[in-house]
Formats: sequence, structure tokens, C-alpha cells
Amino acid sequence: MSEDSIITEEMRQVVGVESEPSIYEIEKEPIRRWAEAIGDSNPLYHDEEYAKKCGYDSIIAPPGFVAQYAFPVKIGKSFRRLETPLKRNLNGGNDYEFFKPVQAGDTLSATTKLAELYEREGRLGKMLFQIAETTFKNQNGEVVARARYTGISY
Amino acid sequence: MVQETFWEDVEVGAEIPSLVKNPTPQQLVRWAGASGDFYQIHYDKDFALGNNLPGIIVHGALKSTWLGQMLGDWVGVNGKIKKYGCGYRGMDVPGDTLTCRGTVTKKYVEDDEHLVELEIWIENGEGKKTTPGQAVVALPSKG
Repeated sequence: MSEDSIITEEMRQVVGVESEPSIYEIEKEPIRRWAEAIGDSNPLYHDEEYAKKCGYDSIIAPPGFVAQYAFPVKIGKSFRRLETPLKRNLNGGNDYEFFKPVQAGDTLSATTKLAELYEREGRLGKMLFQIAETTFKNQNGEVVARARYTGISY
Repeated sequence: MVQETFWEDVEVGAEIPSLVKNPTPQQLVRWAGASGDFYQIHYDKDFALGNNLPGIIVHGALKSTWLGQMLGDWVGVNGKIKKYGCGYRGMDVPGDTLTCRGTVTKKYVEDDEHLVELEIWIENGEGKKTTPGQAVVALPSKG
């Protein structure tokens, strides 16, 4: 660790620690409202009969929905971004992995951990990268999705 | 529009159908309500200007959602998005025309799944890639 590192031993100890779960229900109307807001007319997100014909129990959640709906509630309950001396924050990127469809009627639990922590010298001075990883499980305990969020402080 | 795409018909280097978006301030507010992301830089011009921004800007996560919409339209009801992601390299503003695009970089079979890798991105009205990313999808096979 270089002398001017802003990553403290205390911060390092948080890496990998899984938060308490947030529990929430996937409902039809919020899915439809989401799809309408982005301008997505895919019938899988609107029409229950159509979704059933395609083999689902109800309408399904669009790809971004699972990880974003009602942000920031839908991350692990006790998860907090680290306090740093850097004052400005950027959303550096989002990555999603999908393992099972999420359908209206499901109950999900989300837990979040700080998966990676590193710093770089950038154009704007010192930059701290916090990669938060959230794992979503359904009511059967199956992992349905995983989302990684890159928070940049500078 | 949702279509049916078969793995056998996909060629490396080919471009998939693009998706054009013309975000308005009203759409950003609707999405803020639908997602619960109420950070003021996306709807309050004075707040945005006070944060050294050119005005209100499009949510990064909304842009990633549009990339997911493009992929969902392409893979169809029998295809699956396995994973995708993007970085936010440039800000986008309402009033501009944003185009989601993607090209096939690889196709292969793994664990009985017919997979395709893509480079995906959003470009602004000047053709600059503000939101580059990548994706892996599974497609139905004719076999």
C-alpha cells in the first residue's frame, strides 16, 4: 500500500462481507409501468395470457427491472457505500447476469457485498472504485440474477 | 419489436437491429418514478447546473435498460439474455437522439446452449459511443 493510499485497513475489512437481505415482491403493475416508462412494448412484460402461452406463470420482469426497481431499497438491507475523503461520485457502469426468469408473484431477497475495492490515479486526480455485487434469490432459494455496480469517487 | 432469431442464422461481424430513443425530460421523470431513482440531476435543471452539469442528464441505468430492451427484442421469446453490462463513458442529454446498437463478436456451443457474444453500445446524435458494453445471449437452434 503506497503512503498516500486512501484505502484504509478498516475499509479493506469490509470487502466480501455480505449484507442482510432485503425482501420484496415482484408485482404486475410495477413491471408494466417500468416497461411503459422505457417504451418497451414486449408482450412478455404486459400481457399475462401471452406470457402463459410462452410457458411462464405470469408476466416476467424485463432485464433491468430486477436490479433497479425502487433503488436504493433493492440492494442488501444494511449495505452502505464506504465513506471516503473524496466528495464526488459517478456511476461507472452496471453489469447483470441472469440465471432464471423472474415472474410476477415471485418474492426476491437481495444481499449485497463490496466485491472489489481499488484506487487509480486518473485525469481528475485520485479515483476510488467500489464494485458492489448484489445477489438476487427467489422464494425457492434459487439465484435468479446477479448485478455489479461500479461506483467511482474522485 | 420482438422477433425470432435462430443461432444458425447469426454471423460473426453482423449487426443486430438497432433501437432508437429520443429521451425527453418527461420520460426521465417517468423512469425515475418507475425505478425509484430520484437523484435530482435527472429532472431538476438548477440542481444539475449547480453540479457542473450541462443540464439534466439521462440516468445511466436507464441507458443500460435500453440496451437490455434491444437484446430482448433480438433474442425473442425463445432466446435468453445470459449477461450484459455497460460503462458510462459519456453523458447523454434529453433532446438528443440515442441509438442502441450491437454487433456479433463470437458464436459457440457450451453445455448444450447455443451462445452468441456481442459488443453493444449506445451512440449519441454525433455518433460518439457514450455507453459501450458487452453481452452474452442464448438463442434457439434449428438443430
